[in-house]
Amino acid sequence: MVGAQDPVVARQLVKKFDDFVAVDQIDVHVAPGEAFGFLGPNGAGKTSTMRMIGCISPVSSGELRIFGLDPEADGRKIRARMGVVPQLDQLDNELTVMENLVIYGRYFDLSRRDARAKAAELLDFVQLTERADSKVEPLSGGQQRRVSIARSLINDPDLLLLDEPTTGLDPQARHVLWDRLYMLKERGATQIITTHFMDEAEQLCDRLVVMDAGKIVAEGSPQGLIAEHVRREVLEVRFGHGRNEEQVEKLDGIGGRIEALPDRLLIYADDGEAALSELHRREVVPESSLIRRSSLEDVFLKLTGRTLVE
Amino acid sequence: MTHALHVFERDVVFLRRIWKAVLLSAVVQPVMYLLGVGIGVGSLVDRGADSADLLGGVSYFAFYATALLATTPMFVGGQEALWPTLDGFMWSNSYRAMLATPISSRDVVIGQLFRYALRCVVTAAGVAVVLAIFDDTRSWGLGLAVLVGVLTGLAFAMPFAAWTATREGDSSFPAIIRFGIIPMFLFSGAFYPVSQLPDALEPVAWVTPLWHGVELCRGAVLGGLGGGMAALHVAVLLAYVVGGTAACMVTFERRLRT
Ligand SMILES: Nc1ncnc2c1ncn2[C@@H]1O[C@H](COP(=O)(O)OP(=O)(O)O)[C@@H](O)[C@H]1O
Ligand SMILES: [Mg+2]
Repeated sequence: MVGAQDPVVARQLVKKFDDFVAVDQIDVHVAPGEAFGFLGPNGAGKTSTMRMIGCISPVSSGELRIFGLDPEADGRKIRARMGVVPQLDQLDNELTVMENLVIYGRYFDLSRRDARAKAAELLDFVQLTERADSKVEPLSGGQQRRVSIARSLINDPDLLLLDEPTTGLDPQARHVLWDRLYMLKERGATQIITTHFMDEAEQLCDRLVVMDAGKIVAEGSPQGLIAEHVRREVLEVRFGHGRNEEQVEKLDGIGGRIEALPDRLLIYADDGEAALSELHRREVVPESSLIRRSSLEDVFLKLTGRTLVE
Repeated sequence: MTHALHVFERDVVFLRRIWKAVLLSAVVQPVMYLLGVGIGVGSLVDRGADSADLLGGVSYFAFYATALLATTPMFVGGQEALWPTLDGFMWSNSYRAMLATPISSRDVVIGQLFRYALRCVVTAAGVAVVLAIFDDTRSWGLGLAVLVGVLTGLAFAMPFAAWTATREGDSSFPAIIRFGIIPMFLFSGAFYPVSQLPDALEPVAWVTPLWHGVELCRGAVLGGLGGGMAALHVAVLLAYVVGGTAACMVTFERRLRT
């Protein structure tokens, strides 16, 4: 059901840069309270889509409604209800962490007093209270991203846009960030997240679209997409470089689909253990083997023939 | 308008931390020029029999010192519209961050106009305080000249900012200073009356904003400027400011909303 005031409704949305089509007739609906994802490799058109939703990039064609409003006519009103964490941090290096938040609050017409109170609360939320008076520059990448997130929450947004929130962060910093985003989700904030990490999409998104070359190629919940497009498990086997492809014919009938990558074969099966036994029975012995659950990465590979992270 | 003021507030917060350095550099440079050129060269010039005539009946020190009320804000306003402004588009991206809030590109432009004006006020006021020390230039007109200085600074800053908004890097900036600002500094009547220029060059000085600023500042402090001419000078400076601002409205919007 599409509600008239829903956070995002897009029909046949297109973004062109001169003749180049970056976003190609996509349909998107984000419901209130939902954590919605755009999963796709670099250049898929995720940022271009986010910038249109964020009302800073004019729509080339198609229809876009945010909270039922037209970005062209009501951009200011829409942006007042939105929080944006851009792909590259846009923090003010001349100002302290606290000043960054307070000044941003002022852009949303908060009084100085309210902005300061809210900023203190948010710095606590992202666990950076003790860095409040530090400049931005000396902070680590993960800390800077947390400042960006805190700043994007200064106006209590109804919709939060996160463009590749953990790209460039080390694993520990990612988990700290995921934890905070999860808390926000529990509080009922609608989130739109773009990512090229399948684990991030699985962790954070209720529902997502897989994007490639400006188009949406699949849509569903992470589990639903996996169930729909690939078998439950994957048996990964390696025969040594350049020798993977030639093994495929010997594996006929094992598992469902077989994907040959330069460095390994992926055998999709409901039971990976059984598939491996069958390999051994046929005396096809790989140098190494690994059984794992199927992921969105496998869905993407099946749909596009390419891996998400090159 | 309140949104433009919020944009300006960011710069006030920043300037509150560095205003001493801004003021110091605003004062130190003109004082060096005053001592080096105003007093040094002045002692030679004032010996010429008809120099006082050519300078409109004032000492060379007074003639030159009053020009600094316009030239110093020109340097400061012009520079501020180059590197620190490009920073908002491509290094810190602070303008882009603003555009994700209710701030529009127009608010950013007006906010920057206030920001340049504030720099120019601090600078021109610093120069005025120094000039108030000397008998030759002590005058209530210094207050008026500070306003003219701001107008002159903006006449450079706004067109420069419009240009900056179209740039993907700072490679053209040194040339703007070297071949735009410096020649204007030398040929717009700061060091000598433009009537001393070759006849062909004189009209060139008339169209530069700096000449109008210099003439106004001199008139404000030393007198001798008719009302009609003063109005003309103000009109030319305003035209640069308004034209530059209008251009900024176009180039900032184009750059920030792609
Ligand atoms: N301002 C722009 N001008 C021209 N091409 C652009 C611009 N922004 C993005 N593109 C192109 O559009 C495509 C999609 O880019 P983007 O939306 O940034 O993808 P993603 O965020 O998924 O990596 C890319 O091929 C990119 O080069
Ligand atoms: Mg991107």
